[in-house]
Amino acid sequence: MSKALRPSDGAVWTDGIAAVHQHVAHGMITVRADLNTAPIKAAITSATGVAIPAKLSIETGADAALCWMSPDELLVLCDADQAGAVTKQLQEALAQHHALVANMSDARVIFSVSGAQARDVVSKLVPVDLSPDTFKPGMLRRTRLAQVAAGLWMPDDDTICVLCFRSVSEYAHTILKQAAQAGSSVFRR
Amino acid sequence: MLILNCPYCGVDADETELAPGGEAHIKRFGPGSSDDDFEEYLFMRENPKGVHFERWRHANGCGKWFHAARCTVTLEVFGTYPAQTFEPPAELSAAISAKRPGWTWRTFS
Ligand SMILES: [Zn+2]
Repeated sequence: MSKALRPSDGAVWTDGIAAVHQHVAHGMITVRADLNTAPIKAAITSATGVAIPAKLSIETGADAALCWMSPDELLVLCDADQAGAVTKQLQEALAQHHALVANMSDARVIFSVSGAQARDVVSKLVPVDLSPDTFKPGMLRRTRLAQVAAGLWMPDDDTICVLCFRSVSEYAHTILKQAAQAGSSVFRR
Repeated sequence: MLILNCPYCGVDADETELAPGGEAHIKRFGPGSSDDDFEEYLFMRENPKGVHFERWRHANGCGKWFHAARCTVTLEVFGTYPAQTFEPPAELSAAISAKRPGWTWRTFS
């Protein structure tokens, strides 16, 4: 398969109050199945090595992470070059169940916004309380980023990952950089 | 600004995360139905001053459709409940009765 790469993939922007980094391709696999069924949960965990995340959270393992997208949808994150193999493992593990597995790696992109003001920057764009007491590493929240759908989680206390569709990645990149522009701190520093 | 709790993911979703789906609990009448039933299904809607039932979708979120009961006068939200039902849960109807004694909406009360 040819490598899908956009000019901004891998770009790191550091001219503002938080750094904005567009990740190079991830493997992203959509799994639709009833996540309350024990055999289905066991099959997904055996194929990915990661426990099923609780509602509104992300579970990270050695080789993959599972994002809770809805009561019947997970997004599996893995290395881009593993996406085909992991998709096949999941399809085999779930073959006997009512489930759908699709390699959606090209559908979405991930940005990370990092720095001490990362929460303030993303807060300008989403109707979500991102204060440290409410939004913590390990949580996953699908929401609206300005005018587009997005998913948010925090790999650590100073970084917010933003997941959105590739078709709107240029827009998302632009507004993230705008929200992080120099001199735009929310609180006096 | 309306804030509705999504019964599927539990998020208190701001109106801008939601897509409106119009009136709730409308029974579909399709091919073979009478003209009156088809007209009722297509065009006839409640327009209450007070208790109202609506469908909403957590579009910029978990993506699920759900139902909401609210007051069109005060914008008070009485509650939300899953889409797989033909009527509001009994507890919700009781809670509405406590706040709006004597309320009616289509066949509900
Ligand atoms: Zn929801």
